[in-house]
Amino acid sequence: MGDNDTDLPVLLTTVDKVVNWARRSSIWPVTFGLACCAIEMMAMSASRYDIARFGAEVFRGSPRQSDLMIVAGRLSRKMAPVLRRIYDQMPEPKYVISMGACASVGGVFDNYAIVQGVDQVVPVDVFVPGCPPRPESLIYGIVQLQKKIDKSKVFV
Amino acid sequence: MEPDAIINVLSRTVPASGLEPVQSIDGMPTIYVALDQLVQTCRALRDTPELRFAFLADLLPVDYYPREPRFEIVYLLASLGTAGFGDTPKRLRVKVRVPGANPTAPSVSSVWPAAGWSEREAYDLFGIHFTDHPDLRRILMPDDWEGFPLRKDYPVQIKQPVKTYEPLQVSQEQFVANIEATRDRARND
Repeated sequence: MGDNDTDLPVLLTTVDKVVNWARRSSIWPVTFGLACCAIEMMAMSASRYDIARFGAEVFRGSPRQSDLMIVAGRLSRKMAPVLRRIYDQMPEPKYVISMGACASVGGVFDNYAIVQGVDQVVPVDVFVPGCPPRPESLIYGIVQLQKKIDKSKVFV
Repeated sequence: MEPDAIINVLSRTVPASGLEPVQSIDGMPTIYVALDQLVQTCRALRDTPELRFAFLADLLPVDYYPREPRFEIVYLLASLGTAGFGDTPKRLRVKVRVPGANPTAPSVSSVWPAAGWSEREAYDLFGIHFTDHPDLRRILMPDDWEGFPLRKDYPVQIKQPVKTYEPLQVSQEQFVANIEATRDRARND
């Protein structure tokens, strides 16, 4: 680095690129299926749709080893503290995909027991529509998340 | 076995004044039982050799709001028809009327232990209290839930803020002691 300040942004942009590449290329999701959307999530990770092509195939049983939480299904009010606790246990940087109509807005379960949108509980990065979304939709959601990560600034 | 025949057998052990046959549209024998002799009748249904309703398949409350008596509890019984459990397989529907003000019913978990969780569910969703129940807590809704959701007058579309945190399940002292014990163990190793 020289005395010239204009050298600095060039270096930082490069680090951003490298770090973002590392982050987006291996988004490990936490195993967290709540309802029927989890079946599509499993199909996505299995051989036919094969999310390993995008580096997100390693479903972790522990939130402490995960980067991404796919909220797959309806979230009951009784489950909300559990979801929040699992989210809090994940290390930064962490991302959330709200999968399907129920997780996003409550879906057909417009009643007292179901949380009408998980964004009331955790911050959501990508909403995937569908009931349930096909595995392709969820893969598209993960690719959208990768694009979002690519645009993020590592050092602010 | 017709409901009248069942009542005839039952009236040997329990007063027949509290028993009442009903016409059921699906052909399943159905009787009403008075609330105060419910446990006695259930025990007779289980133990009388001709009946031997050893199996409580389900227990469900019904809310007939605004009618009075408001609630009915339906007990679905089965006699299996195998050795020691009755001569022929048969089913019976037992109903009991419960008033709407301070609804209370005797627990039949002393007759069929399987009733325990069903009665907890009935308490959880309809607010019917069961006396002599070994462990009457909510089973589906969170412990601090207000109201009984399956009652007809429950505001179903109620929008409450979502609770995202639960208080710590252990006391502050237990929490600290646990951490210290782990730390000491790690040091000793």
